[in-house]
Amino acid sequence: MYSEKVMDHFTNPRNVGELENADAIGEVGNATCGDIMRIYLKIDNNIITDVSFKTFGCGAAIATSSMATELIKGKSIEEALELTNKAVVEALDGLPPQKVHCSVLAEEAVKKAIANYYDKMGIEHDILKGCDGCCDHCHHNHGTEE
Amino acid sequence: MNRKVYADNAATTPVDKRVVEAMLPYFTENWGNPSSLYSVGNKAKAALDDARARIAAIIGAEPNEIFFTSCGTESDNWAIKGTARANAAKGKHIVTSSYEHHAVMHTMRALKKEGFEITYVRPGNDGIVSPEAVREAIREDTVLVTVMMANNEIGTVNPIKEIAEVAHEMKIPFFTDAVQAVGHIPVDVKELGVDMLSFSGHKFNAPKGIGALYIKKGTRINVFLDGGGQERSRRGGTENLPYIIGMAKALEIAVDKFKDNQRVLAMRNRLAEGIKNIPYSHINGSLTQRLPGNINAAFEFVEGESLLLLLDAAGIYASTGSACSSTSLEPSHVLLSIGLPVEIAHGSLRFSLSHDNTEEDVDYILEVLPKIVERLRMMSPLYDAAERK
Repeated sequence: MYSEKVMDHFTNPRNVGELENADAIGEVGNATCGDIMRIYLKIDNNIITDVSFKTFGCGAAIATSSMATELIKGKSIEEALELTNKAVVEALDGLPPQKVHCSVLAEEAVKKAIANYYDKMGIEHDILKGCDGCCDHCHHNHGTEE
Repeated sequence: MNRKVYADNAATTPVDKRVVEAMLPYFTENWGNPSSLYSVGNKAKAALDDARARIAAIIGAEPNEIFFTSCGTESDNWAIKGTARANAAKGKHIVTSSYEHHAVMHTMRALKKEGFEITYVRPGNDGIVSPEAVREAIREDTVLVTVMMANNEIGTVNPIKEIAEVAHEMKIPFFTDAVQAVGHIPVDVKELGVDMLSFSGHKFNAPKGIGALYIKKGTRINVFLDGGGQERSRRGGTENLPYIIGMAKALEIAVDKFKDNQRVLAMRNRLAEGIKNIPYSHINGSLTQRLPGNINAAFEFVEGESLLLLLDAAGIYASTGSACSSTSLEPSHVLLSIGLPVEIAHGSLRFSLSHDNTEEDVDYILEVLPKIVERLRMMSPLYDAAERK
């Protein structure tokens, strides 16, 4: 069902755990829906110098968290904001259709962490789309349907 | 670490070699059509009659009360739609339970579209449907009562005899889906007093693609497949003789293994005890009124599909009621029916042991499982919140 890359990131997740003294934290999803993703960021001079995650969820949720952290590590905030769920899916060599929402969750968790950083810095922003990662509440098409 | 532990026998079972041997002659030697009048056909007919009589004897039925089908799902569909439609003039209300197999749940959904009203009786938190709850759900226009004998996820075994009595007091036919029970625990249709009972070969080491429906003589039920006169003109289609022979052989072997059920039960109970030692774990459903090999547990703060994948990587095969293992967003309707909160239902696992499992298998599961649960919890944002409390 899963690509080798998904299985690799699921069984050997990168950047897993809590970051002490994180500059920003973003959490999306809820336990009722079956997945929660939390992203920790260390930001220095507009650059994401370190990143980690904690995730409750299926194999795809853990793998997309891991991949998203890899994709934004060392990047500028602006670059990280451009991360799309599609890029996460592609980097993982694809996801089954019913698991695409996990990649959306990863994208949203990164955005929420950056929003948290902007809030702390007193920078105005319009980052959050209002997706809580629970497909029951959201009818966006994130690439699950052609 | 090359150990493989198959602990998903409620999903399916391997075909017993003795079953394959019993079937083989019916592919290439005794391949006749039981409906043909010449000698090759007669031989096939004799074998068919013999298999039917052997199966009937094991479950306490008459041979002409056993109807072969292609699977448990077909048997369930036939029993429910056949009785509901045959009695629709009397009423259009059906009583069932809220934790039936999808073969029953989705058949009810289909009948709803035909104008039937369905009452879903909830089992207790112990996973048992009470006869009193069924009695309360019955109405003047109820034409069928159906409650499964053993639940496929949590393995709890219902008081079928008492529930059938409740239905019969009101002169309503009673059907039970016994797919998880037949071949695992003693099942006698006369003793249970049921009007219809379904079972499926692949749950007890016969091949996939063969099932049966017991229909008590005199039960009003529509024809399911119109065709030639097979199965007493009620289920057309040339009989799948090799598979029928296989199912008869498999059922005989399965019944013979009942004497060893205590060993399976002891392994299951040891597994349950080991699981209870894992913090924040829950055993789902009664441990006393339950199939010998089944254990269903939920682990807080982790998700079932992740557990399943890591168990798979360690060579252990189990099953989960998590939404993430399916295409739906809802976790198991069975676990929700017995009152498990949604977030906990996501972290459930089912192990179903068989006579082929060993004490070493249980040791291995208990060695691997706590580590996997802990590993996922270390990644879970819910776990550290709970630990800080």
